[in-house]
Amino acid sequence: MDSALIPKGVKRCPTWQFALWIGAAGAVLLWGVFAMLLCWFKGLNQTNMNDSYGFALWIWADLAVIALGGGAFFTGFLRYIVGKDELKNIINYAVLIGFICYSSALLILAIDIGQPLRGWFIFWHANVHSMLTEVAFCLTCYFGVLTIEYVPLILENRQIDKVPFFHRISHNLHEIMAVFAATGAFLSFFHQGSLGGVPGVLFGRPFAYREGLFIWPWTFFLYTWSAAACGPCFTILVTWITEKITKKKLVKQNVIELLAKISGWMIGTYIIAKIIDTWYWAKVTAPASGFNLMDFYSNNPFYGIWILILEIVICGVVPALILITEKGRKNPVMLMTGIILAVLGACVNRWVMVLQVMAVPVLTFESWAMYYPSWQEVATTILPVAYGVILISLSYRYLPVFPQEQELNPEV
Amino acid sequence: MKEEQNHEKAKQFGMVIDLDKCTGCGACMVACMAENNVPFKEDESKKLDSITWLRVYKLTNGKPFPDTEICYLPRPCQHCGGKGNHGHSPCVSVCPATATDYSKETGIVSQIYTRCFGCRYCMAACPYHARYFNWWDPVWPDGMEKYLSPNVSVRMRGIVEKCSFCFHRYQIAMDKAYYEGRGELEENEYQTACTQACPANAITFGDLNNSGHAVHELKKDKNAFRLLERLQTNPKVYYISSREWVRRAGDNYLKTEKK
Repeated sequence: MDSALIPKGVKRCPTWQFALWIGAAGAVLLWGVFAMLLCWFKGLNQTNMNDSYGFALWIWADLAVIALGGGAFFTGFLRYIVGKDELKNIINYAVLIGFICYSSALLILAIDIGQPLRGWFIFWHANVHSMLTEVAFCLTCYFGVLTIEYVPLILENRQIDKVPFFHRISHNLHEIMAVFAATGAFLSFFHQGSLGGVPGVLFGRPFAYREGLFIWPWTFFLYTWSAAACGPCFTILVTWITEKITKKKLVKQNVIELLAKISGWMIGTYIIAKIIDTWYWAKVTAPASGFNLMDFYSNNPFYGIWILILEIVICGVVPALILITEKGRKNPVMLMTGIILAVLGACVNRWVMVLQVMAVPVLTFESWAMYYPSWQEVATTILPVAYGVILISLSYRYLPVFPQEQELNPEV
Repeated sequence: MKEEQNHEKAKQFGMVIDLDKCTGCGACMVACMAENNVPFKEDESKKLDSITWLRVYKLTNGKPFPDTEICYLPRPCQHCGGKGNHGHSPCVSVCPATATDYSKETGIVSQIYTRCFGCRYCMAACPYHARYFNWWDPVWPDGMEKYLSPNVSVRMRGIVEKCSFCFHRYQIAMDKAYYEGRGELEENEYQTACTQACPANAITFGDLNNSGHAVHELKKDKNAFRLLERLQTNPKVYYISSREWVRRAGDNYLKTEKK
């Protein structure tokens, strides 16, 4: 039925099967939309947040998807600025995933604020001292860049490409894409850093607070670094999931391994920096405020020292070692273990830097605050996942996302 | 826009709370809520989303009977001056929309309700939990709206609020002084509701910079301390306690550390 829209030379599932798939994802999406409307019309009392947990699941989701969406800017940086030509075979997908992540982040932010209709105040009444202001400006600009990077792919649809005007726009955009990739990389370095600055500048919260360079706490640099390191892993992970679902090889293994190798080195260097940061914080910064390291990891039902070990060793050192070594990359199970651990590592880091910050008591006569999300929070957090599945499915079906697909699946 | 230069010495309104006098009666909390139209819920048993601009904490020395000791500690917004007292309070510096501001003229941290869009970053930044989010729209029992103070706007759902040191009282007092041709206020012309309501006279309020105000001397008491001073938040609320364990409860110390 929709065969005229499907790229030439590739095979797609029957329309009914595709419709069922989209229907299932759409049902989840609607559930999320319902929860979102509840939050907008009834207010944030629909959540389990409270005055101890002003930041909770949503802010974590925001930070996590932006970190994981970092694959777009870093792969673009490697492809267009560093000149790793092989990555042209995965850059489309990296951009699409980045686009989904960033649009999701903006949507979550729109739900998360108590007065959504005043969201524009962040631009109009901007406080230049606030990291969140920097985040808002850079994030919005970079989302614009991602849109510009995604548009040429849409214009390459078989039917749209037949229109000379769109064909020329697409061609010209491709010609100047390096400029947007460079702009995107520049913006991303800043907003990923600003997101790190969000907890890092909280000098009233010893668990989050870090010293730094000039106005930037160390978390500023660590966040950019970790996003550049773990973002490409998320691109690889989603590519792998897509390959499993479509039962096709979509990107050549040498491309995956190249990206994994670069990620491995990025994770390795990042985790060394993170260990130094953690050591200095535990030995100097926190004690200056009267806290021992174990004060942050004891006397509560959830946050034990295990979470620090999970973040740094299991989801940091281990994936770095796997991805740095050729043996690790050549073994499919090891490779995917490393990739999944790296993605998990970024998520755990963002979790502790949002939720554990809120949980740790600062006043000596207060106690740990625990939190679990309401179903409305969970549904609105899953909403972007469903939206991502739908956008990926539509893009995969109708757009030439994977340049190597035809070559890798010659029997079609 | 450049701020107008004020050649008079800037005021630093602050509070000194004598914890030896505080009985924990809660009159300050009630006065605060009534004065500032602070909303409440039908069921106030869940304190984590209750709004209490001034909250009285119950502290204990943790010792078993008969050595148990109790201390009540009222905690309003600390109106932090921030590192170096430059006005970069933990909350003011992070608000992305300049919805909370530090007045260099009074030292008071304000909250602009109509500008706050409810991101709650300020709440994450405040180590004192002095900031509260309006999870609900305020609902007043029938007839109670007639008792609301006309001097303080009620707040809507989705924004953050906190103690203002009854700033509307300062504005009213300044209006009166201006009308009478005066530029300065007497100490008793601007007092917060909690200060006046305290039956034990535990709370003293005034200009910390003004040697004619009681707080100027009280803050120098050998038993005076501020909460979490080590974080360099530079609060303008001082506490006095003759008990060492209470003073020590005001901040975090390493187990090996002696004050």
